[in-house]
Amino acid sequence: MFDALSERLDAALQRVKGRGRLDEKTVDATLKEIRLALLEADVNFKVVRGFVERLREVLVGEEVSKALNPSQHVVKAVHDEIVTALGGQSVPMDLGNKKPAVIMLAGLQGSGKTTAAGKLATLLKKKGRNPMLVACDLQRPAAVQQLRVNADRAGVHVYAPVESGDPVAVARDSLDKAAQTGCDVVIVDTAGRLQIDQELMQQASDIRTAVDPVLTLFVIDAMIGQEAVNVSRAFLDDVGFDGVILSKLDGDARGGAAMSVREVTGKPIMFASIGEKLEDFEAFHPDRMADRILGMGDVMTLIEKAEDAFTEEETRKAEETLLSGDFTFEDFLSQMQMVKRMGPLKGVLGMLPGIGQQIKDADIDDKRLAHIEAIIYSMTPAERRDPRLLKKNGGRRRKRIAAGSGRSVTEVNRLLKQFEEARKVMKSVSKMAGMESSKPKGKKGQIAQARAAQKMLKQQGGAGLGGFSGLQPSPKKKG
Amino acid sequence: MGLETVLLIVIVSVLVVGLVAALVVGGRGSSRTQDLKVPDDLSGEGDILVGETPPAPTEDAPTLEAPPAPEAPPAPEAPEVAEPPVVEEPLTLGERFRKRLVRTRNVLGSSVRDLFGAGVTDEAWEGLEEALITADVGVTATMEIVEELRTRAREEGATSADAVVALLKDELRKALGDRDRSLGRATDGEPTVWMVTGVNGTGKTTTIGKLSAIENREGRAVVLAAADTFRAAAAEQLGLWAGRTDARLIRKDEGADPASVAFDGYMAAKATDADLLIVDTAGRLHNKTELMDELGKVKRVVEKQSGPMEEILLVLDATTGQNGIAQARAFLEAVNVTGLVLTKLDGSSKGGIAVAVQRELDLPVKLVGLGEEIDDLAPFDPDAFVEGLFSELEG
Repeated sequence: MFDALSERLDAALQRVKGRGRLDEKTVDATLKEIRLALLEADVNFKVVRGFVERLREVLVGEEVSKALNPSQHVVKAVHDEIVTALGGQSVPMDLGNKKPAVIMLAGLQGSGKTTAAGKLATLLKKKGRNPMLVACDLQRPAAVQQLRVNADRAGVHVYAPVESGDPVAVARDSLDKAAQTGCDVVIVDTAGRLQIDQELMQQASDIRTAVDPVLTLFVIDAMIGQEAVNVSRAFLDDVGFDGVILSKLDGDARGGAAMSVREVTGKPIMFASIGEKLEDFEAFHPDRMADRILGMGDVMTLIEKAEDAFTEEETRKAEETLLSGDFTFEDFLSQMQMVKRMGPLKGVLGMLPGIGQQIKDADIDDKRLAHIEAIIYSMTPAERRDPRLLKKNGGRRRKRIAAGSGRSVTEVNRLLKQFEEARKVMKSVSKMAGMESSKPKGKKGQIAQARAAQKMLKQQGGAGLGGFSGLQPSPKKKG
Repeated sequence: MGLETVLLIVIVSVLVVGLVAALVVGGRGSSRTQDLKVPDDLSGEGDILVGETPPAPTEDAPTLEAPPAPEAPPAPEAPEVAEPPVVEEPLTLGERFRKRLVRTRNVLGSSVRDLFGAGVTDEAWEGLEEALITADVGVTATMEIVEELRTRAREEGATSADAVVALLKDELRKALGDRDRSLGRATDGEPTVWMVTGVNGTGKTTTIGKLSAIENREGRAVVLAAADTFRAAAAEQLGLWAGRTDARLIRKDEGADPASVAFDGYMAAKATDADLLIVDTAGRLHNKTELMDELGKVKRVVEKQSGPMEEILLVLDATTGQNGIAQARAFLEAVNVTGLVLTKLDGSSKGGIAVAVQRELDLPVKLVGLGEEIDDLAPFDPDAFVEGLFSELEG
């Protein structure tokens, strides 16, 4: 794990192997790389500076001699520090006993407040609450209508009496309205505003005073850059908030803003918005975010995705295949269909540690999967079960398959070749899987093992995966 | 079943599929052009509800693939929204840009001069690096720009602060490229087509509203196509802008095929002899292949009728960090973006990501968004922008 950074650190840490503690010079070189990695992830310049200084203390005198791989060791230390910087643990939402409990959302334009309002309502409804959305964005055209539609989709109440006018009054009135309709949570959506707009910042503050929320949430775009610091500080000072919603985390931004906001405001990031659907909203996990900021694959997310996408039956069958060491096109086909359900291949691959960076610029088109499917469907069942039929004397078979699938013979040949490679990977993995399954269980141990398994896999797949780098486009053009 | 086994299965599956898929793809190259030939016949999509159809075409339906005949009564297409009173003669766009950035004027000169006031030292160069990184120019671009500057300063013997400022301005202007920043227009008498794209929440619809206002003021007939059929109330939002700017709105129900909305928009623009069609699209994160494909389809379907679109604009939020490069690259690849609109530049964000994007992808910033007012859209002024990058250097 942690490959992007660890590769960079390898050079800096080359000399320390077997030399005991990290000396000043090595720490300097190491911190420089870490600094660059964080800046590239959009962590604010000043935040990086503070963080790196803290890290210096951790690293100086750090025992690395016993670590087989000093860079892994250091990256682990960096990772842990980032997790700490992000607040360590997920912070649960506590709405207290007040009825109605008011939640207010605030943030810049386009940060995703109205969408977050709908998602939050969906989440609360699922938890058995009876939320009401309140439309206090009387600025942006049709924002009120957008909130109405979101309320409708989420199946919750909405209070949207006016399209324009005084949002403070709407907010105030919503409390009575909630009492009348029996809603126990009120979610106040507000207009997007720039933190330098005194008038609108005052208005947001007035709304907050009027409804006295138990929770004010600051919504910030995960793609935001260095400005995260100024923006969040201004919202904290002028409006005030208790927690943060990080939106659009389903993009591929590294999300260093999370660290900036947390560092500057000290407020926890409570939720992450992770997709277009109203259900795509979850508690924020600092450890996953740390992986992401460091440019590392997010293994736990991958597993969760898989759990959603795979049925038990499928997993069981896949396990059998894995353990048997016998891998056919039929197995491959079903694997492919499982993986397809997890989303676009590139995204899923990107979650594998060590692969994400390699394929960052590669063009992996899911249409290829359809082509591969077509080729496999054009095989006879016997061929699918025994790919050897297509080898040496299978020329005519291959031609037939090409014709049947509408792909070229070259493509069929290439698929066969790659399938053979994949089969080798499967074989060696199945051997290890056999050994692994006798290890201890327990949540912690499982995760540790998961990581170990994944490392092992990387070594196994390493040779074949080199191929990914061949996919990368030619060096970037420089203006 | 143990977690490790599940993990193994997942990883192996993904790996194996990825391995096979990626490598089989290895030898392609022309596939994109092949993809363009995918039939996008719209005539089979007649089941889509037409909420609002082009108003009484002057001639009969232009082609065989014309949208279904009007069935819904012409809904109040231009809601009675009060026209913003245009009190004074609007400033020219360039003036507006300057006015907005007035507080930053000459800051580049003075603050960088301060930085190098004590001589051209390592500290001064580091300070410059910090300023650029803090403006979201990005680590790589910053390092390269500063490195180039240092080399030039050495070679050209720039030892005074003034000389460094001159070099810096020159270098940044170079980084911004010298591509044409004007908006393309049709020259064949057919309606001009602009499509506006971007990730969620960057300000696409607002930008279109402002564009529509400018075009309307200049006496052009504008049609807006609400091809954002995904986000709740997106079409209503665009409709309000259409009302304010005297534009015609073409929309369908939520969830309709965006390509068909854009197509209808073009047909309506043609039938009514409009000068300009602006296609609004749904915000989409650039890493979502299927959504990017959808965008490609919108482009293909319209271009089948209109020929190449005159502009495909990518709207980039000035607060965006380094992800902006990935965004630009993905949209460029999917629909061949012709220019950038940098929005929300009226905040404290410097929009330095535009430097990185232009350097890396040679995509010119054509417009900047400077506020929420209908007139707050201006042509990109590289000099004002460069100054803005350093506006708070000494703050």
